[in-house]
Amino acid sequence: MRSAVIVFPGSNREMDMVAALEQASGRKPALVWHKDSELPEVDLIVLPGGFSHGDYLRAGAMAANSPVMNEVRRRAEKGVPVLGVCNGFQILTEARLLPGALMRNASLRFVCRNVTLRVENAQTLFTGALEAGQRMTVPCAHMDGNYFADDDTLKRLEDTGGVAFRYVDAAGETTDEANPNGSRDSIAGVFNETKTVLGLMPHPEDAVDPLHGGTEGRALFAGIVKALS
Amino acid sequence: MTEITPEIVAEHGLKPEEYDKVLEIMGREPNLVELGIFSVMWSEHCSYKSSKVWLKKLPTTGPQVICGPGENAGVVDLGDGLAAIFKIESHNHPSFIEPYQGAATGVGGILRDVFTMGARPIMNLNALRFGSPEHPKTRHLLSGVVAGIGGYGNCVGIPTVAGEVNFHPAYDGNILVNAMTVGLAPADRIFYSAAAGAGNPVVYVGSKTGRDGIHGATMASAEFGEDSEEKRPTVQVGDPFTEKLLIEACLELMATDAIVAIQDMGAAGLTSSSFEMASKGGVGVELELDRVPLREEGMTPYEIMLSESQERMLMVLKPGREELARGIFEKWDLDFAVIGRLTETGKMVLKWHGEVAGELPIDPLALASPEYERPWTASEPPAPLDAAALPERDPLEALERLVGSPDLASRRWIWEQYDHLVMGNTVLRPGADAGVVRLPDLPEGSRKGLAATVDCTPRYCLADPVQGGRQAIAEACRNLYAVGARPLAVTNNLNFGNPEKPAIMGQLVGCLQGMGEACRALDAPVVSGNVSLYNETEGRAILPTPTIGAIGLVEDVARVPGAAFPEAGLSLVLIGETRGALGQSLYLRELESREEGAPPPVDLEAERLAGELVLALIGEGRVAACHDLSDGGLLVAAAEMAMAGNLGCSLEPPAQDADQAAAKTPLAAWLFGEDQGRYLLATADAEAVLAAARGAGVPAARIGETGGDALTLAGAGTISVARLRRAHEGWMPAYMAAELAAD
Repeated sequence: MRSAVIVFPGSNREMDMVAALEQASGRKPALVWHKDSELPEVDLIVLPGGFSHGDYLRAGAMAANSPVMNEVRRRAEKGVPVLGVCNGFQILTEARLLPGALMRNASLRFVCRNVTLRVENAQTLFTGALEAGQRMTVPCAHMDGNYFADDDTLKRLEDTGGVAFRYVDAAGETTDEANPNGSRDSIAGVFNETKTVLGLMPHPEDAVDPLHGGTEGRALFAGIVKALS
Repeated sequence: MTEITPEIVAEHGLKPEEYDKVLEIMGREPNLVELGIFSVMWSEHCSYKSSKVWLKKLPTTGPQVICGPGENAGVVDLGDGLAAIFKIESHNHPSFIEPYQGAATGVGGILRDVFTMGARPIMNLNALRFGSPEHPKTRHLLSGVVAGIGGYGNCVGIPTVAGEVNFHPAYDGNILVNAMTVGLAPADRIFYSAAAGAGNPVVYVGSKTGRDGIHGATMASAEFGEDSEEKRPTVQVGDPFTEKLLIEACLELMATDAIVAIQDMGAAGLTSSSFEMASKGGVGVELELDRVPLREEGMTPYEIMLSESQERMLMVLKPGREELARGIFEKWDLDFAVIGRLTETGKMVLKWHGEVAGELPIDPLALASPEYERPWTASEPPAPLDAAALPERDPLEALERLVGSPDLASRRWIWEQYDHLVMGNTVLRPGADAGVVRLPDLPEGSRKGLAATVDCTPRYCLADPVQGGRQAIAEACRNLYAVGARPLAVTNNLNFGNPEKPAIMGQLVGCLQGMGEACRALDAPVVSGNVSLYNETEGRAILPTPTIGAIGLVEDVARVPGAAFPEAGLSLVLIGETRGALGQSLYLRELESREEGAPPPVDLEAERLAGELVLALIGEGRVAACHDLSDGGLLVAAAEMAMAGNLGCSLEPPAQDADQAAAKTPLAAWLFGEDQGRYLLATADAEAVLAAARGAGVPAARIGETGGDALTLAGAGTISVARLRRAHEGWMPAYMAAELAAD
């Protein structure tokens, strides 16, 4: 699997993502600067975590208008898979490649802690190697991860398998305590209509090594590599 | 032109005798720009005039030291061609006035000190002291400081891996915010600040210069009075996004051969950076101030020289490398301006639209920087505590109160606001004895890591400055040993009251004496540091707080033990000697409301032997969990290990020998005494551990084992881990939630 990781000014988890992708695919991803207007031929485009443009204005708002995003959008329209994690998810919603918006955490505080995710749709190229209902514990680290969409959008997401992951407790149930940011319906990640674009707030790339304190993020990357190789 | 009156001199924080020296050096009356420069260069903050004499007595060298005090940060050799660059620095006064920005810019400043020398920052730490929880400002200050530290560190993408927090009424009017950064650099690519090469261009990069922070260094060198809130305009505003770009741009430029010297613009901004670079290099400098990128209109040379706007650096480049450097900074959308040249005159010449706005001799000003041997008096040694006279209490009830008390309660509410995982190298998360990150880009097969911790027990320092100074170093090293790291070196942040008072000066002298003794005994030289004096409000001083930041090398990150009990059926072994020192203990303070007695003495040789033993046992893979014993003593340590692992244990206090029994040491002293040099280990092989301890001449005893869902103390009963957790985890969220309710 060939992949590219986009670097925006203020990206700060691009190397975490590079390490996870390289571990899963055996190939070093290309790093692409946000002012570039071209992208190499790749099987997967990744928007990493961080604070692009300092989160000034709104998280992801300025990065969504970076020169490189024109090409990301063109590739996405052609069906090239795009993964956005944390700030990458925020950028994808600002770029309207994913529905909804990410608001300030309900606590109004940054939150960095382990969360447990439940796979909601295992019929996609991203999640095909996982099982519906499968749980994985990975960290989250964000200030603006409170997923919001209007009722119609939520219903459409629900009806079409658009919800990728939910925050759940150890028993697999959605609860207020298990939801780190107040997201509607405990939504942690969503797909676009064609299930070729995935955004999620938590960081599976920071749970791929026993030294991270957990390796449950590996399955997601392994599955993506399997689907795209 | 403004006439220099005695009032103006006083407003600049210069004493009349210091002003006489100014006149002597200048050979004439200075203008306002020049006076401002003298003022900041001779401020306590920049000149260390009260502490210099004593700082010189600290050990600062060793085979591991590449660069000791005097540069932006200390540099230590890690082997494998790598060096650690680190320092701790205070931002106390600004954080009290404006907690979010004060703390945020404290993080920004210490990050710059480290990446200025060529290092990529890999971990942040912080040591915070707040006033009494009951003080009406404490919640506001705590929430603002924590949000500011997180807001800055999270955005630049450096994990905040460890820290400490204390509450005490002595900090009601002067909180302490000490921030530490550790960075990693190639050992042969360290960048220094000494300018060289007449004619070489002086280059300004980073953010534009505004009016923020003018005279911050002078403010940080004065006591607070009733008007301290009016000083808000002297607090700088941070922009972590620009800092992130500055880190990347500087490291990109540092990979070329363009830089001769580089220095961040910290306290006293352009003045101290240009002055120090020229002074260290023995050269002159000519600056054209009208070329400095400005954020505001109508700024004067005085304001430009004294602004403490953040995220700015000053560099001397090799001739002809300007365009290469400009290209890199423009790529990152940062300002870049050639603002002057080095000269051979030995003078600093400031030009403003072609006119000379100031001209000062560099060496005389730097060399004549005041140095005081202030009078001091040693603290009276406290009367020893009669522990046998203390009332008897149920030890498990006392434990529950202690783990839920402000100084011992969980700090999760704080560190969950810090991104402690970014960069993907964090091995031990906050809440452990020390933060540990694995070193990136090592040769195949190497699993080295770096551990870091911050420590100080101010109540010990007040009661006995010498023991307190020793203890701060000893505990920092103990925290490193406990995670399997060999201590390498330390950085210190000396927070004290007004040094013009002999009693305060005596605290400083005593703490430094103890610190020096411990650094020598534990082979941990001081390689960088910062001094923050005048932490007083209306005559009341803070507790003497010489915060220690220490780093240590981990040979194999896969063997780092956590504090959490990992499984049932492990033996608990207590390493070190327990005498039952309750003087100045948290038990005495929290249960008996008494802050008295002598602090536990620190036996440096015993400390070293116990540390080396623990390090060897961890290296042999015999340690399943390890925790150092400090605040709260043995029972609190056992409870913390149980809570971290969500697994209980049973404990039987070691038998007393005849002497101790004769001294009628109460049970509480055994359980809650804060004797130094001790660790609690969980191990599957107690016999091997005890044999190793005998061989090393370190007292050790098997005192219990892990298992169950409760902590059971022989002869005293049982308390569930869940109940302990409720007390431990509950205090801070409940305390901070009351802020929202009050709003």
